[in-house]
Amino acid sequence: MEKKTPLYDAHVRCGGKIVPFAGYLLPVQYGAGVIGEHMAVRTACGLFDVSHMGEILCTGPDAVKNLNRLLTNDYTTMYDGQARYSPMCNEQGGVVDDLIVYKVRDEHYFIVVNAANKDKDFAWMQAHVQGDCKLEDISDQVGQIALQGPKAHAILARLAGEEQLPAKYYSANFHADVKGIRCVLSRTGYTGEAGYEIYLAAEDTPRMWDLLLEEGKPDGLIPCGLGARDTLRLEAAMPLYGHEMDDTITPLETGLGSFVKMGKEDFIGKAALEAKGEPTKTRVGLRVSGRGIVREACPIYQGDTLVGQSTSGTHCPFLGYPAAMALVDKSVSEPGTCLEAEVRGRRVAVEVLPLPFYKRPKTV
Amino acid sequence: MKIDAQLKYSKSHEWVRLEGDTATIGLTDFAQNSLGDLVFVNLPDIGTEVTEKEPFTDIESVKAVSDVYAPVNGTVCAVNDALLDAPETINSDPYGAWLIKVEGVSGGEDLMDAAAYEAFCESEAE
Repeated sequence: MEKKTPLYDAHVRCGGKIVPFAGYLLPVQYGAGVIGEHMAVRTACGLFDVSHMGEILCTGPDAVKNLNRLLTNDYTTMYDGQARYSPMCNEQGGVVDDLIVYKVRDEHYFIVVNAANKDKDFAWMQAHVQGDCKLEDISDQVGQIALQGPKAHAILARLAGEEQLPAKYYSANFHADVKGIRCVLSRTGYTGEAGYEIYLAAEDTPRMWDLLLEEGKPDGLIPCGLGARDTLRLEAAMPLYGHEMDDTITPLETGLGSFVKMGKEDFIGKAALEAKGEPTKTRVGLRVSGRGIVREACPIYQGDTLVGQSTSGTHCPFLGYPAAMALVDKSVSEPGTCLEAEVRGRRVAVEVLPLPFYKRPKTV
Repeated sequence: MKIDAQLKYSKSHEWVRLEGDTATIGLTDFAQNSLGDLVFVNLPDIGTEVTEKEPFTDIESVKAVSDVYAPVNGTVCAVNDALLDAPETINSDPYGAWLIKVEGVSGGEDLMDAAAYEAFCESEAE
């Protein structure tokens, strides 16, 4: 039985097409359709319910020590409100999940994990936590809304006041108050656009949703579903757990080496990653030059040689061509390399492109 | 949802316009709405034999690939090439954007008329 997010009624009211996803009932799209919603985020603004994401509090004198052991990134030097992404590895160097840790203040961290992995992550962390450090799963009490697109800043600034908005990318204001609603305003997202993610009490989430929809309407803001969330992240080449990484793929193969601090004293998976050495496979972008769409799990060939497998793929609405990400042998990862994907028994020509496919124009 | 009173319908949401022993085949409004934005259409070669209730091609929406089933038996005598570059026409004009025409039509005895198809769609939507 799927759970409803605090915004379920709002989705039905907005005409959302509801599907089960990661244990929740969520809209895959609204009336504008996946392409319309995708374009709204690239050119104006989109509003997403991401309340299904999991939230875990990590507190205590040994909190940092535990984060540094559980995660591949380094959490030693962070300012209050700062966010930092990290894979979380198993002993074999595979990925348990990827997540974002916010430093709220000393000895107090807020962790956001993938919905489908929340219970697994919490159990994994509980089993490996040491010393004076407490973990608490607060997912059911927390709603999350993503406001994404070039107009996101203007819309939120009008509602919240410019001074409440976090100034830097990957930072958050943990003490915001928007029209009487206490919330966390975070400058993060999963679309490749500028934007914000707002964390707040589950019971306040519908009111915040309505406030944002109303305030953003003149700017072209529309509600967006899971379909656009996936096409946007693919176009921006952001990896997704279960696709570009899983418990058998190392973060180095996914191309997340900059979030893996091998110089750290120790972390779970470090020994395995050292033993494996330089990965022989890597994540690449593929532009489909033939006819068709390459989705996940398509074998990739160079001539008759199997050189890898696609991990996700779809039509990219803003770029106007189909693209995929794939895990392939390093020898064929150079941009410009021509390969073939096998789609339902048929060979389709693809070309290796540098990632990301889409990079937003810098405005400031 | 739009349903054209002049057409016959299959349970897999294709429409058929029968004229003599030829049939024009497309996807219904219900189908395009469930599939979402269409971004790619494959079409069979002229001369291909199609068999009732068996897939004769596939179409891709942003979300997924789906088979299209033949509502009748016959031989493909025309394909709507314009869809190759404009698959979204199926979304905007499902009863105008035909996929294939077949000749030597047989079968299709259990195709529904518009009223029966409308009732069928209502039961599917529940």
